Amino acid sequence: MGTAAVETGIESRVHYLNASYGIKSWLLTTDHKRIALLYLVSITFFFFVGGSAAVLMRLNLIEPQGALLEPATYNKLFSMHGIIMVFLFMIPSIPAVLGNFLVPMMIGARDLAFPRLNLLSWYVFMVGGCFTLYAVIAGGVDTGWTFYTPLSTTYSNTNVISAALGVFIAGFSSILTGLNFIVTIHKMRAPGLTWFRLPLFIWAIYSTSVIQILGTPVLAISIVLVALERLIHVGVFDPAVGGDPILFQHLFWFYSHPAVYIMILPSMGVISELVTAFSKKRIFGYKFIAFSSVAIAAISFLVWGHHMFVSGQSVYAGIVFSALSFAVAIPSAIKVFNWTATLYKGSVSYQAPMLYAIGFIGLFTMGGLTGLFLATLAVDVHVHATYFVVAHFHYIMVGGAVMGYLGGIHYWWPKITGRLYPDGWARLAAAIIFVGFNLTFFPQYMLGYLGMPRRYAIYAPEFQVLNVMSSAGASVLGVGYLIPLVYLVWSMRYGPVAGPNPWGAKGLEWQTPSPPPTENFEETPIVTEEAYAYGTEETQVA
Amino acid sequence: MWQGFPIRPEQASTIARGVDHLYYFLTAVDLFFTAVIFLTVFYFALRYRRRSEKEKATQVEGSLPLEVLWTFIPLVFVVVIFLWGTNLYIRNSRPPEASMEIFVIGKQWMWKLQHPEGPMEINELHVPVGRPIKLTMTSEDVIHNFYVPAFRVQKDVVPGMYTSIWFQATVTGRYHFFCNQYCGTNHSLMGGYVTVMKPGDYEQWLSGGIRGESMVSAGAKLYEQLACITCHGTGKGPPFVDLFGKPVKLSDGTTVIADEAYIRESVLYPSAKIVAGYQPLMPTYKGQVSEEQLLQLIAYIKSLSSVEGKVAK
Amino acid sequence: MHSGNTALAEQFDDLEQQHEASSLGMWVFLATEVMFFGGLFTAYVIFRNLYLPAFEAGSRLLDVRIGAFNTAVLLCSSLTMALAVRAAQLGKKGALITFLLLTLLLGLTFVGVKLALEWRHDYIEGLVPGVNWTFDGPDSRHLELFFCFYFFMTGVHALHMVIGVGVLTALIIMAWRGKFSPQRYNTVEMSGLYWHFVDIVWIFLFPLLYLIGGRY
Repeated sequence: MGTAAVETGIESRVHYLNASYGIKSWLLTTDHKRIALLYLVSITFFFFVGGSAAVLMRLNLIEPQGALLEPATYNKLFSMHGIIMVFLFMIPSIPAVLGNFLVPMMIGARDLAFPRLNLLSWYVFMVGGCFTLYAVIAGGVDTGWTFYTPLSTTYSNTNVISAALGVFIAGFSSILTGLNFIVTIHKMRAPGLTWFRLPLFIWAIYSTSVIQILGTPVLAISIVLVALERLIHVGVFDPAVGGDPILFQHLFWFYSHPAVYIMILPSMGVISELVTAFSKKRIFGYKFIAFSSVAIAAISFLVWGHHMFVSGQSVYAGIVFSALSFAVAIPSAIKVFNWTATLYKGSVSYQAPMLYAIGFIGLFTMGGLTGLFLATLAVDVHVHATYFVVAHFHYIMVGGAVMGYLGGIHYWWPKITGRLYPDGWARLAAAIIFVGFNLTFFPQYMLGYLGMPRRYAIYAPEFQVLNVMSSAGASVLGVGYLIPLVYLVWSMRYGPVAGPNPWGAKGLEWQTPSPPPTENFEETPIVTEEAYAYGTEETQVA
Repeated sequence: MWQGFPIRPEQASTIARGVDHLYYFLTAVDLFFTAVIFLTVFYFALRYRRRSEKEKATQVEGSLPLEVLWTFIPLVFVVVIFLWGTNLYIRNSRPPEASMEIFVIGKQWMWKLQHPEGPMEINELHVPVGRPIKLTMTSEDVIHNFYVPAFRVQKDVVPGMYTSIWFQATVTGRYHFFCNQYCGTNHSLMGGYVTVMKPGDYEQWLSGGIRGESMVSAGAKLYEQLACITCHGTGKGPPFVDLFGKPVKLSDGTTVIADEAYIRESVLYPSAKIVAGYQPLMPTYKGQVSEEQLLQLIAYIKSLSSVEGKVAK
Repeated sequence: MHSGNTALAEQFDDLEQQHEASSLGMWVFLATEVMFFGGLFTAYVIFRNLYLPAFEAGSRLLDVRIGAFNTAVLLCSSLTMALAVRAAQLGKKGALITFLLLTLLLGLTFVGVKLALEWRHDYIEGLVPGVNWTFDGPDSRHLELFFCFYFFMTGVHALHMVIGVGVLTALIIMAWRGKFSPQRYNTVEMSGLYWHFVDIVWIFLFPLLYLIGGRY
């Protein structure tokens, strides 16, 4: 392995953060690490915008008649919440922030294959984000993030086209990032770094990138056709002029189902890193986890019809999609068992990243299993489009993906900033988030089975108790998310200086100083070990 | 189930209990495996917690038998659930013979429910208990969805096509129905109640109140008013007698069944399918007939058919 | 680390890695383009299946001769592009520039013919949905749908051609400045891949749009 030089004196050393100063050096950077930080700022902003929409929604839902908002406003809020959270937060989050920062480092490269394309990705993302923000400011959009036709093409009176354009443009950012990662991982691995020696985070990013490049173009087409129909009233999706509204659903979900795996696979990759580092163990079942990432990516393209079981699609199509949807659950189960087994006979510590990882494993298991309810045809006919679905996907996306993201942020924070954050506060925040999350979303499973439809600004009075519980949980969750914002920013100035490897972890990224120099490595490392080679030698905490 | 804290809606249809049982099984599986994983993780995290910085973990090689085991066991569960759910779904989606048919039209933001005998209800549906009811539905504008939690049944209501569901209520009472596909501003206000009545009460309800004419006789009137008779009664167009539910041979050689969708399409887009042996002469009635009137025409044409039950599957 | 080779980008270890990376990058990009056009083709095929008479009628309203001419133009341009890559491989600067110029001219011909002859004619005839649609015959709605797809698909294709023309212009300038050699011609080869792909998309578009009119 490369030398593990222990560096001190963060200010006296040149690294990627202080190598050049000024706004131009950031806005015109091609350094993947700086681009990762650009993305970090952007998506954090969008997270809190989307989160504010959620706060207002949950406040409104305290009362059956709506405590706060007119239905028209509520409808805009849930639409904006969905669009911003899905396209401007979840999809980019781990790939664009952690992926951009870590992929070259984990494979021993100086940068991604196409650094300027990487910067272009961020600008394209920002343009897409601006169009979406414009749609918000200009009065919002109220079609839901799913843009079902003919509501979106003909009947909605809101800013559909600018929101659709925002999504369309942001999609290109996703495609370019995926392309960059695929080429980088194929062609720029350090000597000795074979595929099966790669960290599982890389396998996860790779599988995600394949979905990104193959799925997103189809979303682009669907969105453009919606905009076209809205502009010139030609009948692609509106039956009143000869179109087929179900065709839109097929085109839309062909991307949007794989999209949810774009949102969860990278997080699963993070968990593999956390579980090994914080139990000082090699991962249990490396190849099984690696292959299950690929399997999930492949099967994810075959299950989109499970969003359409009650759409009027044929019974036989439903049966096929149901069977395939069950199939896609198996690789995820395999991962959960392997992560659990990794802890066995380990040396387990409980810093904040590990708390997030443990939370992920539990919440993803519960939420993932509720996916089985939805894949079950006879049950889905009852719970489709109810709060059961809302609970299911929030368990995966928030209890799963966001917790994985936060775990990753905390784990690699010392590497990214060269500082340590106060772990006590971090653990407290993790605990608050965990409690707040469950309080918010567990009641929603029950609401769903009881029959409360989703996207309802006003609901039947018998659902009030559970709604109030959920809203109470949301306030706790909101506080939980604000706390890291405070101490992480604080740590950048006042946190103790971190060495190259504060966790004593394996991985090429820990063999460089914190923060790393612009070129990542003094010399390209030569890899001779398997991934997570704990136990072969003592890894010093440095 | 619990007093005052329900975990499921009332079981008011023949399929509700079956769906609930599958749901309970799924819940048990979910809670079981979540508990197993969470408890195992907690146990390992505690039992193997790091006691000193220098502590070394015991590296454990993977285990192929374990991998096979925990691939196989989930696979078994998944297959069982799939088969159970699919079987239940297939049985639940076939309306029994001799269902009573009611027609539903959704539009922003209300429901029109048309009984064949004449009464048209707005946001209310009265049905008799113990009889299978088929709802044939369409939308006048965007996609809606008719959802009755107590019956465990829902279906999208789509413009330009007919979708259908069936249920057989088992307990009298009043049950909420909701629009369950987001359809715009007043989506959350677009609902009402299904009132399930004893058969005698239902007959009384049906015959009391303001009585519109039956769908069949309204359809017969339209048949003359819209001049359908000038072609379809003279041989220029295919006759309607004994048409509904039967196969029709088309000029391109294919054969279709004359169901509700076929009749609706023929009225609105007559050039889409030409019956073999006839000329494409029929003008379109798009813009001249409402969805209600289409359903009345369909009811009339059904009445001319000798097919028992006259409910196309 | 790095030699003094200025053609080698900072992040790569050697030219071979750089070439392999840019090749793979271009192939991955073309895969995304396949999905993009594929989605469009799928939607088109579905509607053609639903409204065959209208789509056949629409197809008959297109000028097959112009379409065929343009097809020949594009096929020739792929030939000249391949010859340009060959010239770069052999270090023949003059031939390289000549063939790139020919490809550029053929590409411009394609776009020019499409805009000035075909689309202008369609505009005059009132066959452009949303801009100037005056067709009043039977099945007007479905015919309009055909033309919507026609303009959208050929428009997106033409956009890719225009981008290709821009790339060719840049290549010509770079070739003039002597940037290419038998060791350093990867950019030309990758651009050639892109150009061939855009050609292949047209090979699918032409029969789907022009030739299905039931006249053959």
